[in-house]
Amino acid sequence: MGILKTFVLGGVHPEENKLSAGVAIQELAVPEQVAVPFGQNLGAPSKPVVKRGEKVKAGQLIAEASSFISANVHSPVSGTIFKIDNVVDASGYRRPCFIIKVEGNDWDEGIDLTEKLITKEDYTPQEIIEKVKKAGIVGMGGATFPTHVKLMVPPGKTAEYLIINGVECEPYLTSDHRLMLEKGDEILVGIRLLMIALGVEKAMIGIENNKPDALKHLTTLAEKYKGISVHALKVKYPQGGEKQLIKALLNREVPSGKLPVEVGCVVQNVGTVFAVYEAVQKNKPLIDRVVTVTGKGVKAPSNFKVRIGTPVKDLIEAAGGLPESTGKILNGGPMMGKALLNPDVPIVKGSSGILILENKMASRPTENPCIRCSKCTNVCPMGLEPYLLSRLARTSHFAEAEKEKVMDCIECGSCQYTCPADIPLLDYLRLGKAKVGEIIRKRN
Amino acid sequence: MNHILIIAVSTLGGLGLISAIILYFIAKKFKVIEDPNIDLVEEALPSANCGGCGFPGCRAFAEATTKSARDEKTLEGLFCPVGGNEVMKEVGGILGLEVEEQDPMIAVIRCNGSFANTPAKVKFDGISSCSFANNLFSGEGGCMFGCLGQGDCVDVCDFDAIYMNPETGLPVVKDNCTACGACVDACPRNIIELRKRGIKDRRIFVSCVNTEKGAPAKKNCDVACIGCTKCEKVCKFDAITIKDFLAYIDFNKCTLCRKCIDECPTNSIWEVNFKPRKPKAKKPDENKSEEKEKKLADINSGKADEN
Repeated sequence: MGILKTFVLGGVHPEENKLSAGVAIQELAVPEQVAVPFGQNLGAPSKPVVKRGEKVKAGQLIAEASSFISANVHSPVSGTIFKIDNVVDASGYRRPCFIIKVEGNDWDEGIDLTEKLITKEDYTPQEIIEKVKKAGIVGMGGATFPTHVKLMVPPGKTAEYLIINGVECEPYLTSDHRLMLEKGDEILVGIRLLMIALGVEKAMIGIENNKPDALKHLTTLAEKYKGISVHALKVKYPQGGEKQLIKALLNREVPSGKLPVEVGCVVQNVGTVFAVYEAVQKNKPLIDRVVTVTGKGVKAPSNFKVRIGTPVKDLIEAAGGLPESTGKILNGGPMMGKALLNPDVPIVKGSSGILILENKMASRPTENPCIRCSKCTNVCPMGLEPYLLSRLARTSHFAEAEKEKVMDCIECGSCQYTCPADIPLLDYLRLGKAKVGEIIRKRN
Repeated sequence: MNHILIIAVSTLGGLGLISAIILYFIAKKFKVIEDPNIDLVEEALPSANCGGCGFPGCRAFAEATTKSARDEKTLEGLFCPVGGNEVMKEVGGILGLEVEEQDPMIAVIRCNGSFANTPAKVKFDGISSCSFANNLFSGEGGCMFGCLGQGDCVDVCDFDAIYMNPETGLPVVKDNCTACGACVDACPRNIIELRKRGIKDRRIFVSCVNTEKGAPAKKNCDVACIGCTKCEKVCKFDAITIKDFLAYIDFNKCTLCRKCIDECPTNSIWEVNFKPRKPKAKKPDENKSEEKEKKLADINSGKADEN
């Protein structure tokens, strides 16, 4: 295969621990009650269109986009809106949710529930974007940016490449890996649809070399589809960051504070691509997703296809129950994931994995003084100086932190992972980002 | 030997002379005429450079007051909260203007979500910063509006007038608070408010900022305001308004009659620096509530710790 591509600047190699890579995706039973948050996307929360007590069918629109950067929300189950209440979600805050009691199994009209592969391609770009918008699809890698907004290339810019992120560089998580193995054809059709929507001729799928089965599978399948190429990448975290992925595949650098379209690229996650396929070919809105439930103490690490709004504890139960040694339950992987407040938190569009950390792994080591080893600077994939930024944030020098480009930080956590003094660098960087963001908002 | 000395002295002397002449003319040409009052006013100010007046330091405030006095003949809108009325009178004397007296203010903590009142449901082990914690989650006790207890307000206080009480996990404002407003800006949850100090330092305020409905508010905190409107009804002076299930006492209208305190079912209204009431014979649980009130008052004024 020759020399494998990767990004140049920084990066770390955390232990992979892909415990559930060999476990096929299982469909999880629909729970008795689901909690569907209004705002499941980056940007403005959606506006509810159904009332308490109303009957809803699975796939029915229950909240619509309230502004440009916003996405529709559909009922993941059929049943009755029991109430609209504030529930603690993955953000750590109580947010308004639809609490839906499940009754029967009615689906909204026009949704194709068969497994048959449809390869129809005679759509106009507008038709595809409209369908994606209607289906409420958001970036399923975790950032939850509304996909239809990403597909509308801003005037004056042209997209040249569609880049598909099949990297899954986070340790433990395997949901994208399994999806690529099991729904390869669907993903490739989805890529073709996105290529039509964007008007691009070339699409590149980037997959890390630690998933040789997915690489081989998609490479053989991709021969049937025009303009799609599959690329093996060297294993390195955080290759799944879109700027890092573009650098690895095309050797192009996205300027600071700009979007990938600046260098002619649009990046989509494989999970999103699959959702696009389902939305366009099957008329199925985004109401379920693949979630990995994993961890060293978990009896049966698995990949589940679950409806949005299912409580996390149902998934943990299906994976063999909560181990006694549990210290933290993370939403996401060990590098970027965030601890959940309780196991009743519902799954949302952006939950890619549930990681259960054992007690000894969940506790933080005591902080020691910085020894100026410059390891954090060496591993930063954005070329920042985390030791300096953390110091500036700690001493409230936010104007200087802005000059040092704290807003470019992608919060990958490489600096904190590598720090021999166990300084919570990422915490300080996040504090700096929050404060600088506040200053920027005030200024505008 | 002598001529070397003479050359050295005369060269240096000459250079010095020429430089002196040049500097003299430059100083004449570019002389900045400054109002002598600025220096006088600056001297009168407390030199805390806290920014409480809205200007970057005492010098800037002195310049602003002098300019305002010269151009507009008024000092309206300019007030040094640290120096208070005394200093402002002095400043007015220097500038030859009358200064309107302002009520002295103090910062109050509008949250009573102590460890006892809002038991922790989760453990936070991140960095000690309220701004960071505010982005991360709703708080250890589960209240999305209450104090996060990481002490951002303590960090910004230039006067050592606020400290964290380790027993309650809440900040306590001491009597030497100058009402500069630094903690008000630092609090990411807008809990701290500047209120009138009141007669004999007596204050009554609602110690809660939770705008949720009664049931979820009470679920996380025993002393949350549930918006029951009882206090609004009992107040004869229209000082209490209820908005979003939260009562607010207007300190300009409040006459410190203490009627609302008895009415509040959740003890979310606080009285500070009042003498304990004479026991009434009829009420059976009077002693208990009185004790509680006294305790609360002591905690809030910082007396419990100072004694």
